[in-house]
Amino acid sequence: MQQRKTMRSGDQPWVKWSLITLAIITTMLMLVIPLVLIFDMALSAGAGTYWDNLTNRYTQHAIGLTLLVAALTVPINLVFGIFLAWLVTRFEFPGRKALITLIDIPFAVSPVVAGLLYLLLYGSNGWLGGWLMERDVQLMFSWPGIVMVTVFVTCPFVARELIPLMQQQGREEEEAGVVLGATGWQLFRRITLPNIQWALLYGVVLTNARAVGEFGAVSVVSGNIRGETNTLSLHVELLYQDYNVVGAFASASLLAGIALLTIVVKSFVEWRQARQRAPLDDLSDSR
Amino acid sequence: MSISIEGITKHFGSFQALRDISLEIPDGQLVGLLGPSGSGKTTLLRIIAGLETADEGRILFHGEDVTRLHVRERRVGFVFQHYALFRHMTVAQNVAFGLDVLPARERPPAAEIRQRVQMLLEMVQLDHLAQRYPAQLSGGQKQRIALARALSMKPQILLLDEPFGALDAKVRKDLRRWLRALHEEFHFTSVFVTHDQEEALELSDQVAVMSAGSIEQVDSPQKLYAQPSSRFVFDFLGQVNVFAGQVEEQLLRQGEAWVHLPEPSPAPALQLYMRSHEVRLQTAPAAYAHLPLRIESISLVGAEVRLELSPVGWDSEEPWEIGITHAQFNSWQPSRGDHCYAVPQVAHAIAQGTDTPETLHWQAGEMDDPAAMI
Repeated sequence: MQQRKTMRSGDQPWVKWSLITLAIITTMLMLVIPLVLIFDMALSAGAGTYWDNLTNRYTQHAIGLTLLVAALTVPINLVFGIFLAWLVTRFEFPGRKALITLIDIPFAVSPVVAGLLYLLLYGSNGWLGGWLMERDVQLMFSWPGIVMVTVFVTCPFVARELIPLMQQQGREEEEAGVVLGATGWQLFRRITLPNIQWALLYGVVLTNARAVGEFGAVSVVSGNIRGETNTLSLHVELLYQDYNVVGAFASASLLAGIALLTIVVKSFVEWRQARQRAPLDDLSDSR
Repeated sequence: MSISIEGITKHFGSFQALRDISLEIPDGQLVGLLGPSGSGKTTLLRIIAGLETADEGRILFHGEDVTRLHVRERRVGFVFQHYALFRHMTVAQNVAFGLDVLPARERPPAAEIRQRVQMLLEMVQLDHLAQRYPAQLSGGQKQRIALARALSMKPQILLLDEPFGALDAKVRKDLRRWLRALHEEFHFTSVFVTHDQEEALELSDQVAVMSAGSIEQVDSPQKLYAQPSSRFVFDFLGQVNVFAGQVEEQLLRQGEAWVHLPEPSPAPALQLYMRSHEVRLQTAPAAYAHLPLRIESISLVGAEVRLELSPVGWDSEEPWEIGITHAQFNSWQPSRGDHCYAVPQVAHAIAQGTDTPETLHWQAGEMDDPAAMI
């Protein structure tokens, strides 16, 4: 018997194929070609020049500073994110909903505005900055300022990954644990953490990607002092303004490389999360 | 270990979940907290466990005040409504958890823990599933693992929140029987929450019926069913037939229907509550009761034949339900649409504006016309 294919709306082949073609063209023009071009430009003067550009003293310093910022930002926001998610999903208190909304502010505010706010607050003429200045503490135009704005810009990532998951999982397992005699730390370590570990890693990957690549907020507070307060993103701009296009692209290729690595890790984590959510139901017997 | 609940009050914001609850649970008893959702039964159970703190009142275990004691220190077994098994741990790890988290100096050696877990799993007859994860178990299996885990610390008090709520009828029945046996064997004191009256009556030594944050009545299942102390308990426990009418001297009348009361009533209006087994059916009215009914449906499944009846010439909010034996059914041979007459033998009269029922009995000698009896 011949099987007739059922047509659903939108199933017409020409709709399907024109959409696929459109998607491929857009992806190529907007994403793939620019990405390839970065590496093409970076290597346009030969591998030797590329290597020289990367081992340049200022580039090396920018790499170091970027890594330092990420190395400080990620743990700070990891702890902050867990703390915040725990707070809003495990406790009822007035202003809880408002707090959940507030978490999103760094996403809503343009990073440049965030940078300006920090400058206003902690700069030498600012409210807190003046007081700190008298005590010989300089935050703006030095690396602590860069870390501060990066923490601000990236702080929602971990919390936003955890909150929906922890809301969905509820607190019953933790209650079961505490009835059985577990202490607060044992609960966190043995019950909460294993349940949220993949979402947590996902949040960390995103935080790290953003911390490495942040430009707007950092450019306001760093002062762009070459070899001192220049992160990799700022370094790219600086080299470009110096008409050192090949050098700029060499540094840019590093950032692009980190981005690609992030995508790989992110897909892996997503795959693990999907596996964790869909356990092997078919194995259970009917008893 | 006995449990004393003294004057417990609890608010959630402006909502009063519990109003001055007091309850004595003797050592070794199995007590059911029965009530509709929102009646505060789960809150009370969580307060006994220490998962929730009361605004006022005290909880005593074996005469010792534990109100200020942390959940961790109360050493009760708790079975959660949705099992709350640790999803990332195997069945064996779940059951071992309580022992694993003991401080190092109290913790038994690993081999002993393994042995104890094995023993608990054998007790719930699931030792072959030790290496499975919770997601790979059926509802009934999860429930039994949750029980094994709750019993792992040898608690003297076991608390269960809607223990069989999410299971199908057959599994529920098995588990109920099995919990009863377990209770007999280990002799702990248990309190369980349920909204299922049949479950509460079958399983418990005592049932506390709760409504809107208060305890309506605490009694043995038999007493609770035979002598409900309030309109609410009546309505909540089992099917009930109601005849409401105006009192004229000793006659309770509504429309064409009437009942001659065994004694005069001072109230102007009465409601008669009658359980299905407290009413008999006749093909002709009795001398002291005229309650015409029409058969709406006949259900033959079960130990007795259940008839759903609607009033003829008078009104009732709910249809009546009366059971007759299969033998009676076979000799009578009624069909849908037939008329018959209800004759109360025992009824519980609640006067308008009051809440306390008064039990009325009609003498068997008053029953006339043996030909009309079925």
